[in-house]
Amino acid sequence: MKHILAVLVENNPGVLARVAGLFSRRGFNIDSLAVGRTDDPEISRMTIVVEGDARVLEQVTKQLHKLVDVIKISDITADQFVDRELVMIKVAAEPAQRGEIMQIADVFRARIVDLGLKTMILECTGNEGKINAFEESLRPYGIKELVRTGKVAMLRGQKFTTINNQREED
Amino acid sequence: MKMTGAQILVECLKEQGVDVIFGYPGGSVLPIYDALYDADIKHILTRHEQGAAHAADGYARASGKVGVCLATSGPGATNLVTGIANAYMDSVPMVAFTGQVVSALLGRDSFQEADITGITLPITKHNYLVKDINDLARTVKEAFHIASTGRPGPVLVDIPRDVSGGETEYRDPGPVDLPGYHPVLYGEEEQLNKAAAAIMASQRPVIYAGGGVVVAGAHQELRQLAELLLAPVTTTLMGLGGFPGDHPLSLGMLGMHGSKYANYAVCECDLLLAVGARFDDRVTGKISEFAPHATIIHIDVDPAEIGKNVPVHIPIVGDVKNVLRQLLERLQAKLPGAWQEKIQAWKKEYPLDFEENGRLKPQQVIREIYRVTGGQARITTEVGQHQMWTAHYYTFTRPRTFISSGGLGTMGYGFPAAIGVQVACPDEVVFDIAGDGSIQMNIQELATAVNHELPVNVAILNNGFLGMVRQWQELFYNRRYSYTELINPDFVKLAEAYGAVGLRVSDPADLRPALEQAVKESRPVMLDFIIEREENVLPMVPPGAPLNQIID
Ligand SMILES: Cc1ncc(C[n+]2csc(CCOP(=O)(O)OP(=O)(O)O)c2C)c(N)n1
Repeated sequence: MKHILAVLVENNPGVLARVAGLFSRRGFNIDSLAVGRTDDPEISRMTIVVEGDARVLEQVTKQLHKLVDVIKISDITADQFVDRELVMIKVAAEPAQRGEIMQIADVFRARIVDLGLKTMILECTGNEGKINAFEESLRPYGIKELVRTGKVAMLRGQKFTTINNQREED
Repeated sequence: MKMTGAQILVECLKEQGVDVIFGYPGGSVLPIYDALYDADIKHILTRHEQGAAHAADGYARASGKVGVCLATSGPGATNLVTGIANAYMDSVPMVAFTGQVVSALLGRDSFQEADITGITLPITKHNYLVKDINDLARTVKEAFHIASTGRPGPVLVDIPRDVSGGETEYRDPGPVDLPGYHPVLYGEEEQLNKAAAAIMASQRPVIYAGGGVVVAGAHQELRQLAELLLAPVTTTLMGLGGFPGDHPLSLGMLGMHGSKYANYAVCECDLLLAVGARFDDRVTGKISEFAPHATIIHIDVDPAEIGKNVPVHIPIVGDVKNVLRQLLERLQAKLPGAWQEKIQAWKKEYPLDFEENGRLKPQQVIREIYRVTGGQARITTEVGQHQMWTAHYYTFTRPRTFISSGGLGTMGYGFPAAIGVQVACPDEVVFDIAGDGSIQMNIQELATAVNHELPVNVAILNNGFLGMVRQWQELFYNRRYSYTELINPDFVKLAEAYGAVGLRVSDPADLRPALEQAVKESRPVMLDFIIEREENVLPMVPPGAPLNQIID
């Protein structure tokens, strides 16, 4: 089963290497890892998608906790959450095909962010399923280049994965 | 007041109560060595940085304080790596300082540059590259805090030359504030109650104690617990001395080279109380058949150890000493019964023993070291058969008296570690029990011992083989002794060349006089015991087999 972990870390040099190294060293399966800073520039947030059963997940969490730079870990899989990925696709687009491609973009609420002589770049956000479907519908035109971020995720409603929240719980 | 980075470092070390550093100089640490020149801190110059790391490790294990080592950048730093990994595997509090090339040259494959923080990432509890001199004091303080609290471990601090050589206003960094680091020190009520109920309900309890008992200083609590419950206690290699080996409830060591009765007891117990132990494969044998009838309670300060190798019924996270105290409040005395009788019968039926045949036997040497020192010596070992014989035939009754590389199994550990132990315990008798293979991995440290007038004794059990590997070749590879026979130098002459005392013994009759002479010498002594060549460590559970499948 896939689990989604929201992990707050201190924004120290090498923290990504520590986290990624831990996964490879202990033989855990990392599906995706997205990282960026939070509203507090000292703190970064990682969204880690990891594959494994409950036992694996318990070890992942405990080992991550051992890293001094890791402040908080929440497994949000079981809760209500919103998740997004961003994809950019450069697709072959002769002038005659642009109309069709724009219609597809419309359906997926994607945006056209570049228009070349024979190519277009489209940008789309959504959950994994939507992004996959978007990719599939562009495939017949010829995908020249594709880049996806990993998944980022956030709990719905009143629940938080923030430091303050952690301090209250402690 | 303005100070150089190196002076700040020395200041911080004094504040941490550091009185000795094991190290080796080089260009990148020259500012630090210059500051040490007139500092009130003893420096022991080893002959190899690996020796410095192991000596700091031995010092830490014997004293309970943080061991400190220092090396220059590049090759100096990489030479520390085995020592750091060794300390990491055995949870030894250590801070390793390394010099680094000047910040401006970082990342350019400069002369003597090694990415030592990158290299040691998986073998340190934490590590730092100090890029700004203003972070130095805080970093050193954090390093000592992290190394010595929770589950102890090595922390590395890499200091570029411009940081140690630069100047700044020294300010006290204030209390340590690490938002992601809060070791849990006390057990949870609910878990403690559950554990207490399970213990009281059990008929055949066994306590399985590891190095965590020694690290936490929980040996008295452990003894109290065992006596209250009349529960037999088996220890890991790292746990030796955590429970008195001469106590009637002691089962000695379990696992691959454990006693038959310890392994039988674990196989038949209905409750296993694991205390500061981590279910290493050398202990469990075949995991799926480990303690098959037992409710397993696991006490450990490191939550990640719980459930890592073996499923646990009742986990308790906390400092072992605190948790044992909390548990003791919840338990009542048990009465002796059939279980105690069964254990005593096993102990009678399957004692640890060896055959004497007039030739010098390794077990005999160790038993004699025990007798001559009255069991009061600090013993370090290298890795191999001699290490297991030491565990079997020297009875350890006090914590921190058996000092050995458990997790990493590092040949070459014992001798430099013994130097560290002798520095920590100047008035005690220290023995490194060694194999003829292992001693040659760090034999250059004889010079260190001689220079610093450390009267360390080295007992080489010389079988002319990499004995433990030979034993496996005998048992599992049809006696094909592929590259395990050793042609050795004359250890007596070698000792003398270094300025130490060398003694050779091949007749059992000379054993005692030689040992008596050794403990009286004020110089380091190297004893070359020519032992039976193909003696085996028995009993033995083959790797991957369940604990009751024993070769003996
Ligand atoms: C650094 C290192 N290299 C290799 C090994 C593998 N190894 C384990 S025991 C052993 C033989 C040790 O021989 P010796 O020191 O003579 O001791 P004995 O077993 O004969 O008592 C070897 C090679 C090791 N543990 N450490």
